[in-house]
Amino acid sequence: MTDKIKNEIMIETRGIHKSFGQLHVLRGIDEQIRRGEAVSIIGPSGGGKSTFLRCLNLLETPEKGQIIFEGTDITAKGVNVNIHRQKMGMVFQLFNIFPHKTVLENITLAPVLLGKKSKDEANAMAESLLKRVGLYDKISQHPNRLSGGQKQRLAIVRALAMEPDVMLFDEPTSALDPEMVGEVLQVIKDLVAEGMTTVIVTHEMGFCKEVSDRILFMDSGIIAEAGPPEQIFGDPQNPRTKEFLGKVLY
Amino acid sequence: MIDNIIKVITRYGNLFIEGIGVTLELAAIAVFFGAIVGALLALLRMAKIKPLQWIAAIYIEFIRGTPILLQLYLFYFMLPNWLPALELSKKACIAIALIVNSSAYVSEIFRSGIQAVDRGQTEAARSLGLNGFQTMTRIVLPQAIKNILPSLCNEFIMITKETSLASTFFIGDLMTQYKTISGALYLVIEPLIIVGVIYFVMTFSLSKLVALYERRLHKGD
Repeated sequence: MTDKIKNEIMIETRGIHKSFGQLHVLRGIDEQIRRGEAVSIIGPSGGGKSTFLRCLNLLETPEKGQIIFEGTDITAKGVNVNIHRQKMGMVFQLFNIFPHKTVLENITLAPVLLGKKSKDEANAMAESLLKRVGLYDKISQHPNRLSGGQKQRLAIVRALAMEPDVMLFDEPTSALDPEMVGEVLQVIKDLVAEGMTTVIVTHEMGFCKEVSDRILFMDSGIIAEAGPPEQIFGDPQNPRTKEFLGKVLY
Repeated sequence: MIDNIIKVITRYGNLFIEGIGVTLELAAIAVFFGAIVGALLALLRMAKIKPLQWIAAIYIEFIRGTPILLQLYLFYFMLPNWLPALELSKKACIAIALIVNSSAYVSEIFRSGIQAVDRGQTEAARSLGLNGFQTMTRIVLPQAIKNILPSLCNEFIMITKETSLASTFFIGDLMTQYKTISGALYLVIEPLIIVGVIYFVMTFSLSKLVALYERRLHKGD
């Protein structure tokens, strides 16, 4: 464990269960994510990776179990989850950029509307963020002109503009043309290097091997194996992990 | 026949113009207030509370499942009994019936327009910390408008034609003028042709305007 990881537990899940109709997608997940940690979630499709990630900011509401974020049980009754979501940035597979807003407005909308920043402050921050990901020249454009990779970088910046404590990535490169995967992964890599807490659901094995502090292998609604990349890729303990990694190329 | 048509137009041109005015007025009132009531209905229909959904659904299905002429009769005869204090005019009763009818259709236009906006948009907004109301007003509705406005204009065109049914009650719309003129002149076909052409020109130019507008809306996509 590197020293960027703090001892403080940022997100803790206790016995999370989630079903969609008859389908029992999550079957009891207990997990702790520390401040500064880069966690990757891998595993076969339908194993519950995305559902687990979406439970963390309550885009899916678990039927059973608790999610404790920075000391607050956000699954408890009467908790205003909107406040806590401001601290959890999320990036989606299909970008979900707001098409009726310009690049700049996509970034400044939430911080200004939610009173986190004045318009000038938000604009200044948006400019510096866009420079960082190489999109400054697109600032006043409408996003329909952007490529997939550019949209995803914009989506990351949009989430960062809320100055979140943790970033959740839901297969951020799965919908991209191969030549655009690299530019998006680089942005995520930089974030991890800066010490941002990240949880990434991904199929990019090489990437997660390189940047993750810890990897969760999910299968059939449980975390079948968890450990540092050296263990998961070098010496997997669970036969299912071995079988899965044997099938994927990386 | 051509002679007769010209004669009818020169003698009764002002009546046709009056009729056009009443027809467009009724259609505009029906769609404008229908849109307000329809928006409320759409909200009920999408509400989280089941009984509210049912109330809206029953209203919408009932209105859409019965003939508009029946609704006109019902309101024309019953409304003065239900609300005697208001001393409603014939035209007001008809206007209310048209509002009720159009609200059911308009609410479905709103609902489908809103539900056509990608779910991911809502998820992205909520993940940033926006509440449900902010998400609806800032993210979903501005996008739904693109789906809603053209259909709303088409509803206006439909209602323009349906107001002709109100001539049953002689309230001065274009079709009422037809009845007046054909009764006065003992001419059936000629005034009918004139009225038909007027309806067509009105709805055709309106739908062309809508198409033009729609193209402008989607230029940004």
